[in-house]
Amino acid sequence: MKELYCLNDMKPGQTARIAELPSAKDIRRRLQDLGLIRHTLVQCVGKSPSGDPAAFLIRGAVIAIRAADGKEIQIER
Amino acid sequence: MGLTRNSTGRQAAGIFPGTRDASAQEKRIALAGNPNVGKSTLFNALTGMKQHTGNWPGKTVSVAAGHCRSTLHSCLLVDLPGTYSLMAHSPEEEIARDFLCFGGADAAVVVCDASCLERSLNLALQTLELVPRVLICVNLMDEAERRRLRLNLPRLSSALGVPVIGTSAHNRTSVRDLAEALDLLMEHPQASLARPLSYPAPLEAALQLLEPQLRRQIGGRLPERWLALRLLEGDPELEEKISAFLGLHLSADPAVQSALEDAGNLLKAAGIPREQLQDIVTAALFQRAEALCRETVSPLSPDTQKNFPPRDLLTSRAFGYPFMLLLLALVFWLTLAGANLPSRLLSDLLFGIQDLLTCFFIRIHAPAWLHGVLVLGAYRVLAWVVSVMLPPMAVFFPLFTLLEDAGFLPRIAYNLDHAFQRCGSCGKQALTMCMGFGCNAAGVTGCRIIDSPRERLIAILTNSLVPCNGRFPMLIALITMFFAGNGGGLSSSLSGALLLTGAVLFSVGMTFSASWLLSRTILKGLPSFFTLELPPYRKPRLGKVLIRSVFDRTLFVLGRAVCTAAPAGILIWLMANLSLGSSSLLNCCAGFLDPFASLFGLDGVILMAFILGFPANEIVIPILLMAYLGQGILSEPESLPALKELLAGQGWTWVTAACTLAFSLFHWPCSTTLITIYHETKSLRWTLLSFAFPTALGLILCFLISRTAGLFF
Repeated sequence: MKELYCLNDMKPGQTARIAELPSAKDIRRRLQDLGLIRHTLVQCVGKSPSGDPAAFLIRGAVIAIRAADGKEIQIER
Repeated sequence: MGLTRNSTGRQAAGIFPGTRDASAQEKRIALAGNPNVGKSTLFNALTGMKQHTGNWPGKTVSVAAGHCRSTLHSCLLVDLPGTYSLMAHSPEEEIARDFLCFGGADAAVVVCDASCLERSLNLALQTLELVPRVLICVNLMDEAERRRLRLNLPRLSSALGVPVIGTSAHNRTSVRDLAEALDLLMEHPQASLARPLSYPAPLEAALQLLEPQLRRQIGGRLPERWLALRLLEGDPELEEKISAFLGLHLSADPAVQSALEDAGNLLKAAGIPREQLQDIVTAALFQRAEALCRETVSPLSPDTQKNFPPRDLLTSRAFGYPFMLLLLALVFWLTLAGANLPSRLLSDLLFGIQDLLTCFFIRIHAPAWLHGVLVLGAYRVLAWVVSVMLPPMAVFFPLFTLLEDAGFLPRIAYNLDHAFQRCGSCGKQALTMCMGFGCNAAGVTGCRIIDSPRERLIAILTNSLVPCNGRFPMLIALITMFFAGNGGGLSSSLSGALLLTGAVLFSVGMTFSASWLLSRTILKGLPSFFTLELPPYRKPRLGKVLIRSVFDRTLFVLGRAVCTAAPAGILIWLMANLSLGSSSLLNCCAGFLDPFASLFGLDGVILMAFILGFPANEIVIPILLMAYLGQGILSEPESLPALKELLAGQGWTWVTAACTLAFSLFHWPCSTTLITIYHETKSLRWTLLSFAFPTALGLILCFLISRTAGLFF
């Protein structure tokens, strides 16, 4: 069985697959529109100077996501 | 920066919702695409309109339209808001979807990002399900090439069953290719809906049940497969719109009703509850997009180094903030140093013209009052505003556009988001704040990029806390005269730039505090969900930057300033020349305000100048001078030291200067900004608050400065 982490646990350079999206409907839909669905490969490409938000490479585009939202997004590596 | 006429939505009128008029010959083509894929650039190239593209998501908020002619057709091109999907989760998506559904589009062009094709294809697939004639335009081919991606467009075209062309937005032949492809698309004999993807078996079975019933009811006015999916998902709002469009209630039809029930049961038996349906649909869309990319794009893992360099100075932990500060100071220094000489030359020229005008008025024996009103009033204020405003704007705006074009602004928002988040607002406010440096009215309009209404209001209300271009000349003059030392040359322009940066940082700090205060009091709430796309750094196109910033921004702002300055000039001249008893109206008013103003370290004249400067902040200093000199016309001081002497003669100390500086940073927004705020909020209450809030802040600040200084000196 794979261990579950959240998006915030990723360090720059690491890659992981999405395991579960937040259950809140609005956020879930918006993330899906960006191409974040289960099993999508994401790569953390950097953090802002204050550490939050962090930037992720998702399907070829770099998207910044706040830690407050990232903690709801579970990943498996 | 949202500073164009187009983005204020004039062109948007009359296109939407789609009632079609007599010009049936004209083909109506919708331009859809993800944000930031160069859609607006293509739109401009096709229509020849100067609609400005922003380098961050959500730029095109209102629907812009323009005409274009290809060899065979005349088309009305409708530039839909940039969206990631058509599921209508946000107002932009709803606008885009509704136009494609009900707007009567003959065809749609989906603009895709070649370097990020998977996500673009999600939107393309959704459009294919909805519109019979679709052209896929894979844009930014040059960028994909730089990232060493090879795209097999013919294969994509045959897989999707629709024409696909590749373009680079900055390549002229690309635009011609696109126009030709549009012609071909229009000439295509029968437009049948492509079936771009299949859903999982239970869902397909459910659709099979529903589609025939719908086909019977709607007679091809809407695609039944798309409609069946939406009915299964169950969105009451959309169903209402569909009913209104078709003129019949689909769910009232017994056959449709029972098919819908059967389909629902079928899905339930397969273990798919209604709430999960959209997840499944989205997953199917992306799986199809992935599969298409596997077939057509090689190599699959793009060269990410170029996209987002790991050692990105601007967003690095150690250098991020200092680098941003340095950039800000550099922009101000270049503006200050670069504007000096042209400003002098321009004012020499314009005031030379005034002498010619005076000669002309004398020659035609015009009455003295007419000469006074037109030349000494209107023209002189106009000349002042132009010579003071134009040079710094002509330096500042291109610099700003350059940063925007290169992709710096979204990264500034990225860096500042944490601070804004702690103030209960949104990182995109950093962008609207930056626009505010150019023009607060533009900044307020730009706040449309913020999704949450609460956060948008905070951004609107706090926008005028940062100084706009019209206020910079005054800040610069005060800083140079009283604080930066009079050495002249490099050292004083450098120290001036540093002090100006300090003043600007102070106003940014105030923006944070005010946002914090607002989100803890009258606009309570938690920061909402936030994502920000960081587009790759792009090499700015210098020519385009110059043209766009000069024509779209500089001349636009200048034009507005001129429109307010000329009538203001007449008013000021009248006030200075009509006398009430022994002194002029202007001096009377100033005298009346004096006791109040001196409470705050100002004097009556300064306050009067700010009040008269309501239409445009740039005329505050000229009014000041005119009142002090009591000569009834706007005077032009020979140099800043002479100006300082004059002000010192009127009892100005550095405390007065500091208070004036503070008050020019924080006082009521100019009339244009207030009107814009009213337009955007549709509320008198918020407009009044946006007037009162900075004013109160400024007065409190002035009071504190003058009292504190009074204790020590």
